[in-house]
Amino acid sequence: MLKPSGAFSTRRESRSIIPVIEIAVLVFALIAPWLLSSTPELITLGTNVLILSLLAISFDLCWGYSGIMSFGQALFFGVAGYVVALFGRDLGFSYGWGSLPLAMAVGGLLAFLFAAFLLLGRRAPTVIFVSLGTLTGAYAAERLVSGWQYVGAGNGMSSVKLLQFGDIEMVEGIGFYHLALLLLFIAYILSRLIVRSQFGLVLAGMRQNEERLAFFGYRVQVFKALIFSFAGMLSGLAGALFAFHQGFIGPGNMGPGLSTTAVLYALFGGGGTLIGPVIGVLLIESISYFLADQDAIKQYWPVILGTLLLSVVAFKPTGILGFFVTARERIGSFGGRQ
Amino acid sequence: MLVVHQLTKRYGTLQALDGIDLVVKHNSFHGLIGPNGSGKSTFLKAIAGAHFPTSGTIRFNDKDITDANPYERARMGLSLKFQITAVLDELSVFDNVLLAVQAANSLWSLLLSKTRSSLRDQVMHALERFQLAERSNELAGVLSHGEQQWLEIAMALAVRPKLLLLDEPTAGMSPEERRITGDLLRPIKQECSILIVEHDLDFIREISDEITILDQGKVLDTGSVEEIQRSTKAQQAYTTRV
Repeated sequence: MLKPSGAFSTRRESRSIIPVIEIAVLVFALIAPWLLSSTPELITLGTNVLILSLLAISFDLCWGYSGIMSFGQALFFGVAGYVVALFGRDLGFSYGWGSLPLAMAVGGLLAFLFAAFLLLGRRAPTVIFVSLGTLTGAYAAERLVSGWQYVGAGNGMSSVKLLQFGDIEMVEGIGFYHLALLLLFIAYILSRLIVRSQFGLVLAGMRQNEERLAFFGYRVQVFKALIFSFAGMLSGLAGALFAFHQGFIGPGNMGPGLSTTAVLYALFGGGGTLIGPVIGVLLIESISYFLADQDAIKQYWPVILGTLLLSVVAFKPTGILGFFVTARERIGSFGGRQ
Repeated sequence: MLVVHQLTKRYGTLQALDGIDLVVKHNSFHGLIGPNGSGKSTFLKAIAGAHFPTSGTIRFNDKDITDANPYERARMGLSLKFQITAVLDELSVFDNVLLAVQAANSLWSLLLSKTRSSLRDQVMHALERFQLAERSNELAGVLSHGEQQWLEIAMALAVRPKLLLLDEPTAGMSPEERRITGDLLRPIKQECSILIVEHDLDFIREISDEITILDQGKVLDTGSVEEIQRSTKAQQAYTTRV
């Protein structure tokens, strides 16, 4: 049975591994452009990894930290991507100072509307109800845009106007990579502050026993709705960056397929850690990229990837990071002596 | 303080509670006893809001809370200690109590961790009271059963309730732990009222001001400890001495 991250461990943990991994990943992300500068395709891959990391973190905040199994993160990603693409096409507006906050607002608002419907009822909803609700939303949205000519129907919207900062147009390459890295860094720090705050303690308690928290006086569903909306903002930001970076947004970028991929990124890397999903994206996207070009293995690669992911989920629910990080460190301490 | 009038709870054809009337006074310990399946825990959960009654009313401090949610009741001053310990195993002992204490904080305050330092003394005081201060940094899951029961009571008390609902606080404890639990609970009378469900009749006789006996979802008898000790109805319900 799949559970939110936090398999019980009684071991006292004095060493902190996660900060070391976080710094290592940051250093790697900073030096990668210099290492890869001679290969533009790899810079593009690196930028995609950074953008998709935002999506994976948004899922981790929902499931890994709050016990909300969302199969709808791609919905917020895709809708925000479409909105910035439409603003560029119909209004000629693609300035970063407006487009990126707009995308976050769209993602956050849409997530809040979903939360109001799925989470804010009189009784606490079940995991299945929320899973199916978000999955249905993503599926319905994908079907809707697939038949809507105004947004390009099944072909999606190509030639999305380039993201602009003043007179500078952000094209694919090192500049866009650094922009994505900066935004991911800010989103990561913000997410980390939230999950390590007293608000995060409520999330940690809620994940273990929602009913207990209600008897303390917490309106648990409000906490869920807030974190779900914040995660929607991150998905929206990722969707806008994706549309600007790829110059394209299509129905497949908002449906169950990408939503499920976001789930796999987090579970593969290690949910409930924030850095785990980033590592999950890096590994899955990198391995997919390199093996997809190998003719001998190309056709089998999706099967291999699927088997690998199933194995991790079945035998190591704490993901890759579970090999290095104890449950005690992952959950952490919020107020006592460390 | 708490006035329950004609409370009923039906699960399909099973009548779990059948027209219960009960009053808990300010700063009093009210014991609730009865044979297994008499409806004690169901009654306590109905008061805490874990489930809604089929009919009847619950008034708390002159407010009708019959349809209020658990979090609304908690904010009014009702606090529940579960029958089966519900400490959060994966959090430290300190964080369990901090979680209870910070429940009154605003969302903004929680996001900015404004009270993390200022609540420390309150948390440690609650832990010291139940002899758990030394273990504040350990995971709640590694505590013994008796210590987990104390942690539960500490958490329920840490929110400074007006009425504390205790569901079998000494269940699974050794005789020594029961004695200590009694000693720990007595001073609480100055702070709040307690409605306590307990199987240990000696324990409840020593600690309660009033006792109500439930049997098959109905009130069999209610009165002071002395009155209940003389009650023939109580003697019929129990083979043991009350």
